[in-house]
Amino acid sequence: MDVAVFIVSAIIVIGGAIGVVVNPNPVRAALSLVASFFGVAVLFVLQEAHFLALVQVVVYAGAIVVLFLFVIMLLGVDKVEDIQTEPLVNQRPAAFVGGAFMLLLILGGLFLSGSDDGQGAVAITGQPEMTQALDAPGIKVGSATSTDPSNFQEPDSNIVSLARDLFTRNLFAFEITALLLTIATVGAVVLVRNDGAEDLVVDEPGTANR
Amino acid sequence: MEVTQTWYLVLSAVLFTIGTIGLLTRRNPLVMFMCIELMLNAVNISFVSFSKALNDIAGQTAVFFVLVVAAAEVVVGLSIVVALLRRRPTATADDLVQLKG
Repeated sequence: MDVAVFIVSAIIVIGGAIGVVVNPNPVRAALSLVASFFGVAVLFVLQEAHFLALVQVVVYAGAIVVLFLFVIMLLGVDKVEDIQTEPLVNQRPAAFVGGAFMLLLILGGLFLSGSDDGQGAVAITGQPEMTQALDAPGIKVGSATSTDPSNFQEPDSNIVSLARDLFTRNLFAFEITALLLTIATVGAVVLVRNDGAEDLVVDEPGTANR
Repeated sequence: MEVTQTWYLVLSAVLFTIGTIGLLTRRNPLVMFMCIELMLNAVNISFVSFSKALNDIAGQTAVFFVLVVAAAEVVVGLSIVVALLRRRPTATADDLVQLKG
């Protein structure tokens, strides 16, 4: 069952990713991106990261892709991009060769570290007790404490342990993200402000008498 | 057969590579941003799989922060793209040089 879910969602993830890269139309690329994000959300559920699956759908597939589509529609740039011509000579082959080398490096590191025996994480990241080097011991991954869907009283312990980690060991980082989001909002407002837009020199041919 | 962590890591590596190739080959700045999102998602998959394999929630916390930073990055990046494309609707990433002072 797990294998079937993994294979189907992996196909959706990879297919969506390839769709983003090869689709000349930006709108279709954005919709392929939604498919890919949904596949990733299914993979999160498969690994019992329920809260992250929810956030993946709401933030990524919801907010971020809607933002992309909004910008595409606002600017009217939903034209088909000419992806046949190569602006730089041999850029594509170089990109493919570089990507293939990177994939080989990652997979080589993965398999040479002996990850096939189920101890891959330990082999790659070193000691399994690495979190004990921090001042607080690592918080265990929770899973659903009750398989009965009608039982709403038991909280999902995945969310509980995530919240405990977020608000104890990472509280400062969490507060800093609030500052980061504020800066991003202010930056967006400053960047797209349109003061004196009438004075802009429109340098597109054929738009002078519009 | 059972889904081991290696499966997730291989999928993550493939997804990251697709994102890299897309970033290197496409010239539309919007599509380049989408490829960056793909790469971030690849990293998220491996974070969650490590979190499960090591039985430590810290990996999922890292994914949470990646999500927040990705949201902030998209907001700033898309406003740069809007500032660029409002001047030239056919702009490619090369035309970002126009935004200079």
